[in-house]
Amino acid sequence: MSAADLILAVLAIGCIPAASALASASWPRRSPVAAILLWQALGLGWGLAAVGTLIGFAVTSNGAVAGAGALERLASLVRAGHARPVAAIGLVRLICLAAGLLLLAVLCWILLAATASVLRARQRQRELLSLLAHDDPKVPGALVVDHPAAAAYCLPGLRPEIVISAGVLDLLDADELAAVLAHERAHLRERHDLVLLPFLALLRAFSWAGITTQAYRAVGLLLEMHADDRVLRQVPARGLATALLRVGSAGGGGVPTGALAVAGAPAECEVAARVIRLLRPPPVLNGAATALVLAVSAALVVLPAALLILPLH
Amino acid sequence: MDVLWEAADPLSVREVSGQLTDRDLAHTTVMTVLDRLAKKGFARRERNGRAWHYRAAESREAYVTELMLSALDQTGDRQAALARFARSVSGTEAQALLRALGTLGEAHRG
Repeated sequence: MSAADLILAVLAIGCIPAASALASASWPRRSPVAAILLWQALGLGWGLAAVGTLIGFAVTSNGAVAGAGALERLASLVRAGHARPVAAIGLVRLICLAAGLLLLAVLCWILLAATASVLRARQRQRELLSLLAHDDPKVPGALVVDHPAAAAYCLPGLRPEIVISAGVLDLLDADELAAVLAHERAHLRERHDLVLLPFLALLRAFSWAGITTQAYRAVGLLLEMHADDRVLRQVPARGLATALLRVGSAGGGGVPTGALAVAGAPAECEVAARVIRLLRPPPVLNGAATALVLAVSAALVVLPAALLILPLH
Repeated sequence: MDVLWEAADPLSVREVSGQLTDRDLAHTTVMTVLDRLAKKGFARRERNGRAWHYRAAESREAYVTELMLSALDQTGDRQAALARFARSVSGTEAQALLRALGTLGEAHRG
């Protein structure tokens, strides 16, 4: 095993406790954007390092191009066209190679599958909305569905929509409705759904690993907080906070209890955390700390990518 | 679609056109729309003599319920498909925070 493979292995394994620590850290809510970047870097860096470790170890003994990057060693191995690969690199290394390639394929596949399922759900929503929803002067630019339960959400995509239930219209005053619309518009404008998608893919594929749930929840909450921050440029914090509490406490109507029981407790903490953050904004991360977070994020992606491509002597 | 929901019996294209007098739509336009609704599963059609008759596959309420259920579902997938404004918070906790907000607001004004 070369030094490069060792660094990749340490990165791949180290990303998991690092993600766990990030999920329970309190600084991310001070600068959601920096924290979201770090989450993305952790995810991408882990994928690169895990695939790189397996493939790098498998092709490490290919003496002819020792010292080259893992990808180059792999290419030269393939070019050499070994008729009997087991004899060429040994059974264990061959299994590692297969596992590395399989992991790469699985990671790409789960991303595609999650994208497809999300697009299907949105398409169904669009069809139903085209039949059921109507405009309302109280919420310009949003679609209204006549149902007494409180629901406010957005449908991201090329033709974005904001959907408000009649229950929400009854529940909120004009300021609060403006806050809801501004919040959803921030989600749509910045395509927060695309940020969340890879984490959804990991959650669906590796739901047995608790860390994927933690990561998905943490990134989702940070995106909400970031959208809240955007709202504060237009609407006072109070309107957004009361809107959150009113919609949050009324929203459960009509949901099967099974669905609520799954996510009930953490969701409560999420709304409360957002309200508390709105009322007592924590100090924004200072420049040096933000720079450190950005540097670590960049290193998490650049280092494994470089080790895969560049030779390490 | 509203016409189909209102009607008790399956309607022919001509009957649907007849109820849409305010819109002044061509017969073929109505036929195309009904055909599309049938293809998407929102309407069922059956042959009655020479003409197709259409009826709504489900009641309006059933579709509203489906829409709201998927919007309020908190089990992961939907959450990513539709970004929700606020997930559920327990009534008592929200009330306590709202009360605190109320007193804060009065303090500011006073």
